[in-house]
Amino acid sequence: MIEAKDIYKTFGENEVLKGISAKFAPGKNNLIIGGSGSGKTTLLKCIVGLHEPTKGQVYFNDENFTEMDFTQRVPIRTEIGMLFQNSALFDSMTVEENVMFPLNLFTQKSKAEKVERANFCLERVNLAGKNKLYPSELSGGMKKRVGIARAISMQPKYLFVDEPNSGLDPKTSILIDELISELTQEYQITTVVVTHDMNSVMGIGDHIVFLHNGQKWWEGSNHEIAKTDNKELNEFVFASKFMQAAKDKL
Amino acid sequence: MIYSFGKYILLLRLSFKKPEKFSVYWAEVMREMVSVGIGSLGIISIISIFIGAATTIQVAFQLSSPLVPNSIAGSIARDSTILEFSPTISSLVLAGRVGSSIASQIGTMRVTEQIDALEIMGVNAPGYLIAPKIIAGMTMVPLLVIASIALGITGGWIACTLSGDISPSDYIAGVQGGFNGLTVRVAMVKAIVFGFIIASICAYQGFYTSGGALEVGQSATRGVVYSCVMILFADLVITRLML
Repeated sequence: MIEAKDIYKTFGENEVLKGISAKFAPGKNNLIIGGSGSGKTTLLKCIVGLHEPTKGQVYFNDENFTEMDFTQRVPIRTEIGMLFQNSALFDSMTVEENVMFPLNLFTQKSKAEKVERANFCLERVNLAGKNKLYPSELSGGMKKRVGIARAISMQPKYLFVDEPNSGLDPKTSILIDELISELTQEYQITTVVVTHDMNSVMGIGDHIVFLHNGQKWWEGSNHEIAKTDNKELNEFVFASKFMQAAKDKL
Repeated sequence: MIYSFGKYILLLRLSFKKPEKFSVYWAEVMREMVSVGIGSLGIISIISIFIGAATTIQVAFQLSSPLVPNSIAGSIARDSTILEFSPTISSLVLAGRVGSSIASQIGTMRVTEQIDALEIMGVNAPGYLIAPKIIAGMTMVPLLVIASIALGITGGWIACTLSGDISPSDYIAGVQGGFNGLTVRVAMVKAIVFGFIIASICAYQGFYTSGGALEVGQSATRGVVYSCVMILFADLVITRLML
């Protein structure tokens, strides 16, 4: 369980997050959605500790993550996997080396065991046999999948995903969403996904937090989203005529 | 400026924190040593031979007097090469070659979130990325300077042989005569300090890059310019203190 309590974040004069509180449960696809500039990625970065909140606390299983220093955070960080918007694979390493990187640093496994684990993770994301390729030789969708393989290599308790569908075609987007959802349920991971992709919202959104102007504007599931009368959320989710027509049919 | 200096010192302190796993860091140090040392050997060889040759010809031209023995050109070329040309000119060239590579590599990692990925995993990013580069700089630049000294003096000999301004035997007599070991010690101190300056300043510029490709280029340029200025300043200070 991850809990964000009353998170504020200010950059200079610009207050990006204005007192956001939310709980993210294990085994569920927790989605943070909102328009561009609404503070989704900033909230995610505050939760994982890439940004320090100006005010407020983040708890990982009741442990106050915000109050910890870098060294104290390391045990929790080894339980975190994260997929970045641009995958953030290490360019100088092969696919296999990328996946093995956290294992090399934080485990005492033998090389054979690490290779076995890397192969398992790559098979899990349907990239078996691509071990020796470099990130520059991969497509956008493959990079995302390698990013997921690296994120799950340490068998994380928490998985954070920033814009998993950006730059991907709809079919690949759905495959990535399904993969995230399967992993979440299979390993009972606490998954937090930042997205503004409506297919993801409607497809895998077990628990959705909608941000608007740096505030939590709405919270619910993908089943509840179609019935809500929240004006800003409706304008965001059903912005296109196609989506509006789909809603009207419901 | 004081704020930037403070940030630079804090970054250096973080860079030398205890590594998560020594073997992984050691492999990184070796990789950087190959990149800095072997990767720069070609350019250092070329400039050293040409500078050694040009220095010898110029000294021979300026001292063309019946009152001055021809061998003196060899002594002056040797001392100039050891004390100034090899450590300083080589380091200025290395600031361009190695420094820009360090700044742009780390800067690109920053803007493509690779450094964030390291931090999320619990890796001390400055330690993993910067410390190996500083260690490689401080060990490989002195070795490159030694190679540069040898090649510079050889370049002088080639110039004597080809131009005939002074005879090669006079040149060798000059190179061998009146050698003071202090000059080599000064050159080594300079090389170690310059290696540190190049790696640390360029790494700092890269690490605090924000934005995109344009800013990465600007960081690399700033890294090279600041390194060059600091190399020349340190050159003056070390020369004044040691000679």
